Amino acid sequence: MHIPDGFINAPTSLAAGAVAAGGVGVSLRRAAQTLQERQAPLAGLVAAYIFAVQMLNFPVAAGTSGHLLGGVLAAVLVGPWAGCVCVAVVLVVQSLVFADGGLTALGLNITNMAVVGVFGGWAIFLLLRRVLPATRTSVVVASGVAAGISVVLAASAFVVEYAVGGTGGVPVGTVAAAMVGVHSLIGIGEGIITALTVGVVLGVRPDLVHGAEHLKAPLTLRTSPEPEPAAGR
Amino acid sequence: MRSMNLRLFLVGGLLVAAGLALVVSGFASSSPDGLERVAEDKGFLETARDHVFADGPLADYAVKGVGNERLSTGLSGLIGVLITFGAGLALFALIRGRRSGPGGAGGDGDAKPTRAP
Repeated sequence: MHIPDGFINAPTSLAAGAVAAGGVGVSLRRAAQTLQERQAPLAGLVAAYIFAVQMLNFPVAAGTSGHLLGGVLAAVLVGPWAGCVCVAVVLVVQSLVFADGGLTALGLNITNMAVVGVFGGWAIFLLLRRVLPATRTSVVVASGVAAGISVVLAASAFVVEYAVGGTGGVPVGTVAAAMVGVHSLIGIGEGIITALTVGVVLGVRPDLVHGAEHLKAPLTLRTSPEPEPAAGR
Repeated sequence: MRSMNLRLFLVGGLLVAAGLALVVSGFASSSPDGLERVAEDKGFLETARDHVFADGPLADYAVKGVGNERLSTGLSGLIGVLITFGAGLALFALIRGRRSGPGGAGGDGDAKPTRAP
């Protein structure tokens, strides 16, 4: 869903750049306040993993593919603030090094995937987590469903940008129907990949999953190391 | 013990990411993605301009000069994984370092249970 240069006019791209800068700026500040020491390398790993999986386009319909956006995955693993920064790092590297996603569209892409995708998806995750029982399975299910919906949210953000500053002159309703339709399918893949990854991390190191912090027993201090479950890999 | 396990987790995670980018990426679908497909079908794909760095050494996930397509994609992916990991690590270390300030140079690598109750 990386927007190239030219789809959206300059004023709209500039405005999205301001939204992106604001969102990432606040996220950087909040991440600095909340991120624990051991989570810093984890956040680097999350960015690297999202970069890798974004390369893995999966077919969704005849002649169409999709790939992970990773917003909800990042938010559930390291929290929405650091998660937003992770996705933004991936998008910047992709645009600057791999010519994927236009340079003038960087603000649009960060807004859609790192701001709308992360915080919109995180809000849905919290909502689902509240109505589901407090179990690990619920965290996995909530991650997957929220991830799927986050793709449609990000696609909708593009529709808004196209409505404001699209250069192609195609009717907005046409773009909206097509974008939401195809990204609902891509969302299924996003949900599966997100749920699988969160499930694996929950199985190996549940303490590293920010979105599962509510499952921790309060006031428990372990003085002996936990026996490590054999990670089947 | 615990920080050792974390290191293992990080190394394992990085190996998974590197493996996906290096090997599996060569088998990914090359069809246009959702946005590209919509742009093509609805007739606004031609409004796209070439990327400023379209001639860069790693543009379009290919290493310039490597003929084998899968290898070229895979190598570019591996480089990308290392760059994003490094950039993320540096950025988060930077913002965390700024928080502790000159007086609070903690972080002796010993994972203390600092989590708020």
